[in-house]
Amino acid sequence: MESVGSIIVYVVIALTIVICSVFAVTTRKILRAATYLLFTLFATAALYFKLDYEFLGAVQIAVYAGGIVVLFVFSILLTSHPGDNSAKLASRKRALGLTGALLLLIVAGYSLVSRCNFWSALPQGENPPMSEIGETLMGTAHGQYLLPFEAVSVLLLACIIGGVVVARKNKN
Amino acid sequence: MELTILWYLIPSLLMFCCGVYGFITRKNMIAMLISLELMLNAVDINFVVFNRFLFPGELEGMFFTLFAIALAAAETALAIAIIINVFRVSEKIDVDDVTKMKF
Amino acid sequence: MEPVIPIIILALPLAMFLVLGLFGHKMAHRTAGILGTLGMGVTMVLAYITAFTYFFSGSSEFINEEGIRLQSVIFNWDWLAFTDSLVIRLGFLLDPISALLLVVITTISFMVHLYSNGYMRDHHGVWETGFQRFYAFLSLFSFSMLGLVVATNIFQMYIFWELVGASSYLLIGFYYTKPSAVSASKKAFIVTRFADLGFLIGILILSFYTGTFDFTNFTSVGVEGMTNVYQIDLTTSEGVRNWIATSPAPVFMGGSVLTWALVLIFMGGMGKSAMMPLHIWLPDAMEGPTPVSALIHAATMVVAGVFLVARLFPLYLMEEVALNIVTVVGAITAFYAAMVACTQVDIKRVLAFSTISQIAFMMVSLGVARPEFHHGLGYMAAMFHLFTHAMFKALLFLCAGALIHAIGSNDYTDMHGLRKYMPVTHITFLVGCLAIAGIIPFAGFFSKDEILTAVFGQSIFWYIWMSAVAGLTAFYMFRLYYLIFWWKEHKVHEGHHAPHDQPWTMTLPLVILALISCVAGFVPMGNLVTWNGHPMFESVNFFTNLGALDWSVASISLAVAIIAILIATVMYKKENPLPAKMKNALPRLWDWCYHRFYWDELYMFITHKIIFGCISKPIAWFDRHVIDGSMDGMAWVTQRISYAIRGLQSGNIQLYVWIYLFGVVLLGAITAICLF
Repeated sequence: MESVGSIIVYVVIALTIVICSVFAVTTRKILRAATYLLFTLFATAALYFKLDYEFLGAVQIAVYAGGIVVLFVFSILLTSHPGDNSAKLASRKRALGLTGALLLLIVAGYSLVSRCNFWSALPQGENPPMSEIGETLMGTAHGQYLLPFEAVSVLLLACIIGGVVVARKNKN
Repeated sequence: MELTILWYLIPSLLMFCCGVYGFITRKNMIAMLISLELMLNAVDINFVVFNRFLFPGELEGMFFTLFAIALAAAETALAIAIIINVFRVSEKIDVDDVTKMKF
Repeated sequence: MEPVIPIIILALPLAMFLVLGLFGHKMAHRTAGILGTLGMGVTMVLAYITAFTYFFSGSSEFINEEGIRLQSVIFNWDWLAFTDSLVIRLGFLLDPISALLLVVITTISFMVHLYSNGYMRDHHGVWETGFQRFYAFLSLFSFSMLGLVVATNIFQMYIFWELVGASSYLLIGFYYTKPSAVSASKKAFIVTRFADLGFLIGILILSFYTGTFDFTNFTSVGVEGMTNVYQIDLTTSEGVRNWIATSPAPVFMGGSVLTWALVLIFMGGMGKSAMMPLHIWLPDAMEGPTPVSALIHAATMVVAGVFLVARLFPLYLMEEVALNIVTVVGAITAFYAAMVACTQVDIKRVLAFSTISQIAFMMVSLGVARPEFHHGLGYMAAMFHLFTHAMFKALLFLCAGALIHAIGSNDYTDMHGLRKYMPVTHITFLVGCLAIAGIIPFAGFFSKDEILTAVFGQSIFWYIWMSAVAGLTAFYMFRLYYLIFWWKEHKVHEGHHAPHDQPWTMTLPLVILALISCVAGFVPMGNLVTWNGHPMFESVNFFTNLGALDWSVASISLAVAIIAILIATVMYKKENPLPAKMKNALPRLWDWCYHRFYWDELYMFITHKIIFGCISKPIAWFDRHVIDGSMDGMAWVTQRISYAIRGLQSGNIQLYVWIYLFGVVLLGAITAICLF
């Protein structure tokens, strides 16, 4: 049996996620969409905290909220005038999107409900401490992640260079 | 009331569906990218939730999410670079205008 | 013996090839020529040292207490190890014949290197295009030929065998802008390749049954107390024969497996040594520069077949049939080539057919050699003739080169009466002719006499036959000599200056080779080269060979040669109608000889009409219409379908996503319905 506080926190988080997601894809002002995305990401981070993944929550805020959303905002400011509304959606397109999303919701939701509702509550148990996370990330033994870590860092480097090359102004 | 795994997966599912809807309907490429981020985020939540509920004390799901976040950052950066380049060429960033990359 | 000198003997020509081949075009012509000649000169000196050490040092690794010469493996590197016993090695085998061939090859090669410095430029001193390339190829050839003769195993021999074939191809096609040179080089390569197929199969059979490639395992036993020293011993060859005879399938199509292997190996030798019916490439190979003809197509490469049979001689002794085949092929070829040589107009062609005939002499000699008869006299005679023939035939070719260089034509009809204009060439050519005709005391007399003695010991019929060929040899050589240097006065065309002798780089090799041709017959070969290393004479001095002559044979052959020369003198010394009369008296025979008995036409008929027409054309049709057709059809269908469905690729990403999503959802739904 969860405590009432925990349930309230959960409800707030869940509502924020759902409502902000819906707004993020329906609003006609692109800057607002980015802002709603930011709130969704924050709520996700809160969800991680609630599940005791403090490090992950911090990364989520730092990288997603701090990095990616800022990138979005920059690019929006570069490519559109503030205050512009995007054109109204064509009804055919909206219908297409809605059918896709709803179909997915039905199929996935049905399997989810039919399979998952007998699973028990949050199991007891502490998440590993921060020091273990660090060792796992930096270790080379079985089940440790130095190689993927390095691969991701190289990938990021490649992305930086690629981004610069793609976005660079052509001299002529 | 018990907060079972289902309660955590339902917001994630709704978030994913929003992402799908947005990706299919929005014309603005940056908005599409935002929808994409929503979908990615939903998947991240799933990893974490399953890790926490099914394998408490383990770190695999969490690390998967961690790397997914890093990859998302990389993908966004590159996509935005491409979008800016498209904008420079056509002064618009509507996905309907970028249909030349076919056969 | 330390392996340093043998390694340098092989490495130096290879290094010359690489240096001249890679950097030659950056060098001055003269530098390249001098460099190549010097390199070959050093190789020659080292080869002399090696051969001298082998024959005369008396070291226990080369000769035992009884005076029997041994086979000594100087070095032997493992190269490809298939199994523990089946290993391909690269090494250096020193024995009488390889030491002899080292001397022959390096001498002739050096002479040709020197000679080419003068030959490969015109009267105004302008160098031929590709002069450096020419020297690079000469070096490659020398390297390959040296590697061939010192091979320790039959596979190494095969490798170098192909390498000499390749360098021969390159040198015949040296003037690659001339279509005739290109087709001649292709012909040489294809014919010898075809023969080498037999050689390869023979090698495979032999090594499959015996599990070894090494010559020493076929023919010799190790000398007690010494490593890498072997003695020729028939018991080993008998062991090989008996072992094959007791293997699961000892007989194939009526012949023993060993016979088949030896005959197939001899087929390789037939190709390289231009025995009938695989001789057709050699006359055409004269398209190459004349020094090349002297080096490759007279003195060294073409005797590789003789060398091959000599190398495996103890094995051949095991199978009478194989030796008889060698004899018959040799005898027929000798007669045929001599007949053809009597009618040719192109002086190089005459010499080419003469070469075929003389090599056939060596083959016959090997074929009739038996250990019971004078310690295998035929073997010694073949090697002796190989040695003397290399010298005087190289001399004749180099003289021909000098003539061609001076006249600018290959035909004697453009020459006639040159004796006053080119005295040095005249005298040296005469020496060569006397040597090949077998006049005492020139080199050819002694070696040819040994051969005839050996044949006489085996069969009277072949003795008469070969004596007739020897007479023909003397006749056609002196016919050539008279037609070039006598017949009538030389006509100097308007605007041309009179022909004259060549610069010293060209005359010096002629003089040296002529001197060698005069004295080479006195080399006591019987004590140096015998089939089992056993010396023939108790003691030797300068006149050993003279004393050892079987005068009953020698006087007959001498008489035959002199009569043939007299006939040639009568017919060709002065311009007279006798040759034309003879030609008209026997028009059919003359025609057949002139057209080389239509062998080329026969090959043309077989390859073009039968192989190309009846086999290749249907295959080509099948390939073009059925195989290509089905491929084209598949491509066409694919293209049609692609055009039909390419509208789906609209470029609208969102539509793609929707379709993809729909598919995923559908799959998910199906899964969900089926599972629950």
